[in-house]
Amino acid sequence: MVLVKRIVLDVLKPHQPNGLEFAKAIAEHGADYRVTFTVQEVDEKTETVQIIIEGEDIDFDVITETIASLGGSLHSIDEVEVSSAAEK
Amino acid sequence: MKIIDQLGLFLKITGSHTIARRYFVVNGFDGVLTMLGIIMGFYISGEPETKTIINACLGAAVALTVSGLTSAYMSEAAERQNSLRQLEQAMVADLGNSAHGRAARLMPALIALVNGLAPLLLSLLIISPLWFADYLPLSPLTVAIAAALGVVFFLGVFLGQVSGVFWLWSGLRTLLIALLTCGIIFLLD
Repeated sequence: MVLVKRIVLDVLKPHQPNGLEFAKAIAEHGADYRVTFTVQEVDEKTETVQIIIEGEDIDFDVITETIASLGGSLHSIDEVEVSSAAEK
Repeated sequence: MKIIDQLGLFLKITGSHTIARRYFVVNGFDGVLTMLGIIMGFYISGEPETKTIINACLGAAVALTVSGLTSAYMSEAAERQNSLRQLEQAMVADLGNSAHGRAARLMPALIALVNGLAPLLLSLLIISPLWFADYLPLSPLTVAIAAALGVVFFLGVFLGQVSGVFWLWSGLRTLLIALLTCGIIFLLD
């Protein structure tokens, strides 16, 4: 079994919901998620942000669904860190 | 996400809480002054039967409610769709299933409810003394006029709290507008 420990995402999102609400909505999906939200570029109606998610077992599908449900668009996965774990 | 949280998110991303507040005051004020005008009209024409006054006021209140519901829904739906389209163009994505898309569909209905119910509820408050005409020591029309002036004053106080203006001054300002309306109606007699 492979566990996702860290993902760095490049996301385009509307100004609302703001970064805090966006990061909190992502973090709500895991008991130990740590989310770092960094604005990289601001346009009239949108902003490009880098989202770093760290945790013991990140559910990537849920993260992408959350981003889409908040109006964001995932542009790329810039970095990942995974590790294998023995099946229980 | 809980329904209340989701509603809060929709209000925030569309800025609808300020729009709803504005509609509440604008259409509420319309409703109160309309009731005041009708009641004053009956007052200067010599107080006809209470049932006639109630029916005239209820008719106007229902018309204001339907007008408020439909006009706000149509205008807000158009505005929200336009905003969503502009955002979709900027995002180069379909946002129909996102919070923005759902808010664009739900918020017009919510704002329409506020716009429609504000004049209805305030009108019912003003004409309520007419239902208890037999138990009142004063003329029910006088009590209804006093109720209308009281509601106008409190709408002014509410506006004062929104704008940060001293509540008494703001309340007295709207009360003055209502008294001016009464004065003009008296002049018509």
